[in-house]
Amino acid sequence: MAIGKTDVDPTVDRPVYWNSYIAGAALGVLLFTSFLLTGNGLGASGGIQRVIVAIEDLVVPSYVDRTPNLATLAGGDRKPLNNWIVIEILGALVGGFLSGLIHRRLRIETRKGPRISKSTRWAMAFLGGAIMGYGARLARGCTSGQALSGGCVLSAGSWAFMLSIFASAYALAYFLRKAWN
Amino acid sequence: MFPLNLPELVSPWGANLIYFAIGLAFGFILESAGFGDSRKLAGQFYFKDLAVLQVMFTAIVTAMLLVFWAVSLGWLDYEAIWVNPTYLWPGITGGLIMGVGFIVGGFCPGTSLVSLATLKLDGAFFVLGVFTGIFVFGETVESFSDFYNSSYLGRLTLMDVFGLDTGVVVLMVVVMAIGMFAGGAWVRDRLVLAKKEETGT
Repeated sequence: MAIGKTDVDPTVDRPVYWNSYIAGAALGVLLFTSFLLTGNGLGASGGIQRVIVAIEDLVVPSYVDRTPNLATLAGGDRKPLNNWIVIEILGALVGGFLSGLIHRRLRIETRKGPRISKSTRWAMAFLGGAIMGYGARLARGCTSGQALSGGCVLSAGSWAFMLSIFASAYALAYFLRKAWN
Repeated sequence: MFPLNLPELVSPWGANLIYFAIGLAFGFILESAGFGDSRKLAGQFYFKDLAVLQVMFTAIVTAMLLVFWAVSLGWLDYEAIWVNPTYLWPGITGGLIMGVGFIVGGFCPGTSLVSLATLKLDGAFFVLGVFTGIFVFGETVESFSDFYNSSYLGRLTLMDVFGLDTGVVVLMVVVMAIGMFAGGAWVRDRLVLAKKEETGT
């Protein structure tokens, strides 16, 4: 087992990422701290959902009021952005930016396998994002809100969800190997 | 006694500041771990890079140990923290769909935000996709709300499912994580060896 061995980005010589186990331990301490302070774990897709519903509420407020699943977030006087998860994802954007800045990884570029074009990669990223967004709301949470947060407090549904993601990604990986290798 | 009631304790604005700080640390750690890079993330599924498995399960094990230690010491009220309720089949179906999204797009929603924040164009397209997917979900969920709300089992924990004590389940998760770290590294090293033999280097 390679504890302590640092994974190096094989494509170019750029600053090495944190050791995965150290990064994981830091993330675990943060997750615990979040539960202590707020009673909640971390999240991402739930915050994005609230941003979308807030936009819909600006454009078509009566439609939002009539649609039950949107109304629970933004119906009547409810303010969808007034929630911890929205503030948290704003923080995550800034935190990611700062880490990129400090580690000199702020660079306009497209990360892709060598055998596909940039535009193919962009189309796949958009499509994958759409599939991911849809699935995350069906599952009531994404890798952050379900797998990490629900996983560490031993929610049964979160573990079933986590195994499903890994199972389907591994099952499909062979067919999409050209995109990544 | 934790968890705290932040809005009452430090005013709503103080609470928002803490939520922001938690998010900041979250984004910083994800980027530092290399999770703004889709190739690194996708490498997990070809056993080229095990960072996804290592970071995720180290985080889960670390947080789990700390949470249940704090609970057993009486510092943290397990009943007062958010344990995701189980909607079994919508959760499993959503997970299977997300696995497809991951291998096609190369991110999950959180990592794509970090990728966007470091100016990666594939990350930006992915984030646009996530917005689109969540929007479409919001517009279509009413048509299958029976399924969306089906197999609701409430605040179901692994302890309930297996009928085991918390300590036993915690130990099982730790052993499973170590097993996956070792197993993943074993497969990766075998593939590296096989490739070397193939190319004769």
